[in-house]
Amino acid sequence: MEKMSRVTTALGGSVLTGRTMHCHLDAPANAISVCRDAAQVVVAGRSIFKIYAIEEEQFVEKLNLRVGRKPSLNLSCADVVWHQMDENLLATAATNGVVVTWNLGRPSRNKQDQLFTEHKRTVNKVCFHPTEAHVLLSGSQDGFMKCFDLRRKDSVSTFSGQSESVRDVQFSIRDYFTFASTFENGNVQLWDIRRPDRCERMFTAHNGPVFCCDWHPEDRGWLATGGRDKMVKVWDMTTHRAKEMHCVQTIASVARVKWRPECRHHLATCSMMVDHNIYVWDVRRPFVPAAMFEEHRDVTTGIAWRHPHDPSFLLSGSKDSSLCQHLFRDASQPVERANPEGLCYGLFGDLAFAAKESLVAAESGRKPYTGDRRHPIFFKRKLDPAEPFAGLASSALSVFETEPGGGGMRWFVDTAERYALAGRPLAELCDHNAKVARELGRNQVAQTWTMLRIIYCSPGLVPTANLNHSVGKGGSCGLPLMNSFNLKDMAPGLGSETRLDRSKGDTRSDTVLLDSSATLITNEDNEETEGSDVPADYLLGDVEGEEDELYLLDPEHTHPEEPECVLPQEAFPLRHEIVDTPPGPEHLQDKADSPHVSGSEADVASLAPVDSSFSLLSVSHALYDSRLPPDFFSVLVRDMLHFYAEQGDVQMAVSVLIILGERVRKDIDEQTQEHWYTSYIDLLQRFRLWNVSNEVVKLSTSRAVSCLNQASTTLHVNCSHCKRPMSNRGWVCDRCHRCASMCAVCHHVVKGLFVWCQGCSHGGHLQHIMKWLEGSSHCPAGCGHLCEYS
Amino acid sequence: MRLATAANEAYTAPLAVSELLGCKQCGGGGDHDEELGIRIPRPLGQGPSRFIPEKEILQVGSEDAQMHALFADSFAALGRLDNITLVMVFHPQYLESFLKTQHYLLQMDGPLPLHYRHYIGIMVCKHSCSYLVNLALAQWFRECSSKLQNLGELNKVLGLLKAEEHSWSLAELVHAVVLLTHYHSLASFTFGCGISPEIHCDGGHTFRPPSVSNYCICDITNGNHSVDEMPVNSAENVSVSDSFFEVEALMEKMRQLQECRDEEEASQEEMASRFEIEKRESMFVFSSDDDEVTPARDVSRHFEDTSYGYKDFSRHGMHVPTFRVQDYCWEDHGYSLVNRLYPDVGQLIDEKFHIAYNLTYNTMAMHKDVDTSMLRRAIWNYIHCMFGIRYDDYDYGEINQLLDRSFKVYIKTVVCTPEKVTKRMYESFWRQFKHSEKVHVNLLLIEARMQAELLYALRAITRYMT
Repeated sequence: MEKMSRVTTALGGSVLTGRTMHCHLDAPANAISVCRDAAQVVVAGRSIFKIYAIEEEQFVEKLNLRVGRKPSLNLSCADVVWHQMDENLLATAATNGVVVTWNLGRPSRNKQDQLFTEHKRTVNKVCFHPTEAHVLLSGSQDGFMKCFDLRRKDSVSTFSGQSESVRDVQFSIRDYFTFASTFENGNVQLWDIRRPDRCERMFTAHNGPVFCCDWHPEDRGWLATGGRDKMVKVWDMTTHRAKEMHCVQTIASVARVKWRPECRHHLATCSMMVDHNIYVWDVRRPFVPAAMFEEHRDVTTGIAWRHPHDPSFLLSGSKDSSLCQHLFRDASQPVERANPEGLCYGLFGDLAFAAKESLVAAESGRKPYTGDRRHPIFFKRKLDPAEPFAGLASSALSVFETEPGGGGMRWFVDTAERYALAGRPLAELCDHNAKVARELGRNQVAQTWTMLRIIYCSPGLVPTANLNHSVGKGGSCGLPLMNSFNLKDMAPGLGSETRLDRSKGDTRSDTVLLDSSATLITNEDNEETEGSDVPADYLLGDVEGEEDELYLLDPEHTHPEEPECVLPQEAFPLRHEIVDTPPGPEHLQDKADSPHVSGSEADVASLAPVDSSFSLLSVSHALYDSRLPPDFFSVLVRDMLHFYAEQGDVQMAVSVLIILGERVRKDIDEQTQEHWYTSYIDLLQRFRLWNVSNEVVKLSTSRAVSCLNQASTTLHVNCSHCKRPMSNRGWVCDRCHRCASMCAVCHHVVKGLFVWCQGCSHGGHLQHIMKWLEGSSHCPAGCGHLCEYS
Repeated sequence: MRLATAANEAYTAPLAVSELLGCKQCGGGGDHDEELGIRIPRPLGQGPSRFIPEKEILQVGSEDAQMHALFADSFAALGRLDNITLVMVFHPQYLESFLKTQHYLLQMDGPLPLHYRHYIGIMVCKHSCSYLVNLALAQWFRECSSKLQNLGELNKVLGLLKAEEHSWSLAELVHAVVLLTHYHSLASFTFGCGISPEIHCDGGHTFRPPSVSNYCICDITNGNHSVDEMPVNSAENVSVSDSFFEVEALMEKMRQLQECRDEEEASQEEMASRFEIEKRESMFVFSSDDDEVTPARDVSRHFEDTSYGYKDFSRHGMHVPTFRVQDYCWEDHGYSLVNRLYPDVGQLIDEKFHIAYNLTYNTMAMHKDVDTSMLRRAIWNYIHCMFGIRYDDYDYGEINQLLDRSFKVYIKTVVCTPEKVTKRMYESFWRQFKHSEKVHVNLLLIEARMQAELLYALRAITRYMT
């Protein structure tokens, strides 16, 4: 075949020229096929069957094959194919099940040559053998494939698809005897043309009908299939089992697929419904099409590369009654419009961010990245010379370091160690934890604890003074603190490293492009303004909030307890009804993040409304006292927990969960709880807070978590004499009947806690060894080893 | 027999308890409660279907595992086994798919809010009576020729639901269309199989005290008693040999068609005209008792245009444009559109179509191992033909050979004006065939109808989108 195609090229002669152009047809096209000279194309449809010459500037109608007075269903074409060996030979598949061949060499007006009426249902596809002059294959809705020898009146052989409708048949280009057929039930079959009794191979390629297939022109045994399930799959048929090599997910069912000549990994697809464009995909980049042709106004029904060795000309016919020639250089390339970005965390919390230089440069202007910044797109770039876009973009890399001194997670460790989770009344626990949080500078968390105490402990006992105190703290101390100390000091309070980094990234990327050792000290003003923009965008999520509105609100929210008291009265009705007033439903989030949001605001704005919030507070507080049961707040508390968890502060979520216990547990689904617990435990263990981790495990009510303590609690010991495993009891060896675990100090059997030296493996009662090693550094057994006890 | 359900399933659903008091229990069922002064409704009629004798219908308790599971699901969902389920369970494979689809359409996530879905159901159903449906939209579905007109019509219909805003998203539209077609088909099935009203519906119960005699008084009141004996006899009275001959003749024709298909090749014009003839003829096929007047319903005031209904176009001197299935078919086009706008439903409906179209037990009346595909295809294509849908690759002459007049009358009535189906129609076609086979025919009818309506609606939406 290789030889053949080279001959074709030679015949094709000069280099193809042309431009992107289209011509109007009289009727919708169902299929097109190109003559091997690449200068003519045939278009077939229900009421059209014409040959057009492809000229430099336009299509010229050359021949209308629909002759005769009466319209015949034999001419209602579902498919058409032009022989690649014989310029005069065409075949069409009719919707009424007839296969017709046409001989352009006939002198009469009617070029119809032969008529095969063997199929009982619509014939979906006809296909000429690539090298044999007289062999034609057809696949029909009736579930049969028939092979015709054009020198005979009837089919030579019939292949049965077991009454599944055949959607496509294609002769292999490389293997003389092989053809592939695709079926409505999702199967693909491989047949040997000499063996009509059974197929060589069958496999399920798609879910639902497989509309089309195409053999790779060069790679032997590569078959591309397209199906109603919107997928294009590339199969390697040379292996024992058909192996899926690539899979491209398109946006609509795939009607046709054609490999692009001379481009090993490219193929063109068009869709059967809804989507009118033609895409050229690089199968190795299955998410973004390499090229896209958008000329058609209705679904594209037929595509064909103009010349088997020219990758730049694509012809297409469409339901919109037009025929198009597309030039590859005129195609739109979606990838050009994409914004490649890269984001990665380093081992020590550093963050690297790479983006197109143009984007980063533009950002220094005003608001950076107006788009959704929560889901950055990752591009894994392999250096591949075949890829047309490699090296296209000059990118900028920014690296942001975490604060020196490991300030990052210190608060976590401290909090974990100092929090009290059980063993005291709820009020005391809350107070204690609030105190811990406050001491660590995490005012927001502290306020939350105070609020929880107010909500769940008998309200009468809450001294108002206490409350006022905290408000005062939040208002007068909190804000100035924020302003003067800047973002890094905010970090512990927020408990969200991610957001810290991101916001820092935004603020600083303009100044520290390609500067890996950037420091935090940058322009203060700049930082402040940007710091306010970014989180606002981020926090409010879907709700479109006017910036002004947001700022107006912030001052109130700097006092965390205020919204929590006010909220109950309005949160419920607001939640569902009023969508366009972001403050309502989002109160909680606003509140929780307010320090961050407001970090930028000048003291001017923030301090003024404090008084008003006081009054609000007192009113609502009274209200709650008299009427609202703690249950009333459970939704709010639940949201609060979710909020903290989403912020990355799973510590808070779990601690509250443990302390409140039954009061909130029922509101949060098991899986979420379990997820929180496991995350927290994982974190604790990474920080080697084994004891805390164990306590959390113990206090957890989630079955899956509490059984963590029960797993792998077995210690296997070997007898110190015979070196065999001791199966029954830990202190007596079954084999040598000796007590193995003797205390090296008192020479008695150890039945409880046993401590070993990992160096000499001598040991004994914990107490004895401890005592012994206080006085001596040598092993009590006298082996001379310098044991260490820590 | 329905009492057996309760015993078997060990469910306790309050609604079911009263319903379970079948006629057979009339003698002793409700005495106790009557002493308390509670009026206990008793089911009217004989079993789930007015057409099919109760003893022919599957006895609950004798079902196999698959049916049992279906019953259990259905019972759990409704608190009772509705009559449709009891009749459809002749074909459990289909019933399963049917229930799954219905559940998804009505209960699961979808573009339309739940109450809209039910409103559509009520709009379609209440228009005629309890279960029943009139063809509110058949006209629209047939008239789909121009895009604007279609959407205008559709909006008119859907506008009833959203009085103020006429803006529907495409997804909602598709959902509504699927629901409409579903209820239309359901209506056809209900009438086609003569499903009895459920006990809680009008006409489904009586408060009369049970009679002491052998049969239930309700049988007399609704005239079912006398009819009950008749069908069996009437069918057989016509002379067994006659109807036996009927089946034989049908099979002979199928054989002939199978064999001589390739030999006599009809010309193209011939083929085209056969379709036209069949299409035109289908307009005129109507039973003689056409003059029944469907009573006006009080709900009609909710709908602006009460003249909705299937219209025979040739009667009105209009030409029905032919819909070429090769240009727009369910498998290639409809499926993708539905699945795109209303995920998963395309798949469910597709499965249902497949099951209905391919369902066969290879039996015909008393014969076994018969390839019925030709007959099923004829029925399917005949219904599509009535809707003006043409298959290029089908010889419509076959329909004339295989479907006799009484059968055509039945099909036409069930599909187009289901509320006019009578027991006589049901009995007068395929007299020798089993009831299960007639139910099977009904499944073909309703699915073909649903597909035809969907095709028109979806094509209109597709055109709107392009």
